[in-house]
Amino acid sequence: MTTNEALIKYCLRLGDTSLILGQRMAEWCSKGPVLEEDIALSNIGLDLFGQSRTMLTYAGEIEGKGRTENDLAFKRLEREFFNNLMSERPNGHFGETVVRNLFLSAFTYNLYKKLSLSKDDTIAAFAAKSLKEVTYHLRHSGEWMIRLGDGTEDSHNKIQQSVNDLWEYTGDLFAMNEVDELLIAENIAIDLNEIKPLWNNTINEILERATLTRPLDGFMQKGSLNGIHSEDLGHLLTEMQFLPRAYPNSKW
Amino acid sequence: MEDAKKLEEFQAKIDAEIKIEPKDWMPEDYRKHLQRQMSQHAHSEIIGMQPEGNWLLRAPSLRSKVVLLAKIQDEAGHGLYLYSAAETLGKSRTEYLDELKTGKAKYSSIFNYPTLTWADMGAVGWLVDGAAIVNQVSLQRTSYGPYARGMVKICKEESFHQRQGYEIMADMAKGSPEQKEMAQDALNRFWWPSIMMFGPHDSDSPNTGNAVKWKIKRATNDQLRQSFIDKTVHQAEIIGLTIPDPDLKWNENRGSYDFGEMDWDEFWTVVKGGGPCSKQRLKHYNDAHNNGEWVRKAAKAYAEKQNSKQKVA
Repeated sequence: MTTNEALIKYCLRLGDTSLILGQRMAEWCSKGPVLEEDIALSNIGLDLFGQSRTMLTYAGEIEGKGRTENDLAFKRLEREFFNNLMSERPNGHFGETVVRNLFLSAFTYNLYKKLSLSKDDTIAAFAAKSLKEVTYHLRHSGEWMIRLGDGTEDSHNKIQQSVNDLWEYTGDLFAMNEVDELLIAENIAIDLNEIKPLWNNTINEILERATLTRPLDGFMQKGSLNGIHSEDLGHLLTEMQFLPRAYPNSKW
Repeated sequence: MEDAKKLEEFQAKIDAEIKIEPKDWMPEDYRKHLQRQMSQHAHSEIIGMQPEGNWLLRAPSLRSKVVLLAKIQDEAGHGLYLYSAAETLGKSRTEYLDELKTGKAKYSSIFNYPTLTWADMGAVGWLVDGAAIVNQVSLQRTSYGPYARGMVKICKEESFHQRQGYEIMADMAKGSPEQKEMAQDALNRFWWPSIMMFGPHDSDSPNTGNAVKWKIKRATNDQLRQSFIDKTVHQAEIIGLTIPDPDLKWNENRGSYDFGEMDWDEFWTVVKGGGPCSKQRLKHYNDAHNNGEWVRKAAKAYAEKQNSKQKVA
């Protein structure tokens, strides 16, 4: 594997995670618990789509085969996506969305902080810009986590259940392979073992304030690095890719 | 006696183009008229999120997805803005929303039509937002201060929405034959409901009387409709689409287009809840609202706990 090949995969991981989570946020449109939340969830979605466009465009440029952000978003198959498993978890109720987004934004927040010092200028600039956005995403999900955890008995139980249910997807966030090895050696990527304790701190602090219990590590889902996903991803892609697939020669 | 004098002063202000502000005296009918109109307007913004949201997940490019999401977000923002403005009339957002939930309050009937293809995102932006702008530009001069100022801000964003819709239509009209057909089909379906958005002919409009005298309404339904048609016909010609009205023709004497008769039976059927998506839109809103109840309760309980902690400290 060359550095460029590794870099393409790395950009797809970042870009796909933002894209898939963005699509999940868009699913909330007109369904928020209050109007203000509809606006906030759309805002997060807009940030994520923006992040995704930067990374997919960059991946296409490095690849050098003329593939655009749209080719990469709309014309790849299920097994060619590298978003982490957490990002594709279905929205469920509002609390499930909050927990999923917290686990993810606590990850990207700590990752982008370090990644903004990457030797790759585009990745460094991407991380610095995205950090401002995910700082807000983390605050948003963190505050809701605390409100729901320390709200009513019903909300506490609901969100504790979501924490328990989603915990098995947290392992996949920190999975690494030869892509990481190669790019860490080049000072482009970050060793995720360095991110794990930071993520733990962020999560532990919020769980405590939310009066919630951190689950014990047990069985962990894995596979995103090899394009192995849950069944949910295929459905998301089917919907998202419908028009470019139905009219392959049309421009939109 | 007192009221007669107040009414006279009120009318004098209106005639002198002085805005009425929330704390000013106003006739009860003026207040009620505005409560109804402004909340209908706010409800239209939030129910209007649904037909566009219907294509958000299937937008055919990342750019078009982002633009559409930003537009829908603007509409939620307009809703928020309008509810706040309407709250200055002494009724809370919750009360207004309760009227929406139970079907007592109306919203623009146009949103009871389905969005069947991607081209409908073009038609909705171009025609529906286009018609809304014509109305809202006129409302920038409405006599109630908070409403007039809200309209100034909203109009700026709406003109971006209309361009977004027109761009989709223009791109599709010059695209593949299938795309052009889709664009024409969307225009065919949305044209008549769009021009009926301005409401019944002036001669049949029950709410016009005092609204004109009190300068809530600055132009009549027929005047606004004519102005929309006159500017839209040319836009259709430029992109090679045909307005589905065989009677449409330029009238040199009037300096305006003559156009065919609208189907008022259909209009009233939809207003009274008989639109293709009437039940669906309301159910969607109510489901979302009900699903969010535990979240709102939790937020309230949390805020109360924080408050009592502060008091103890």
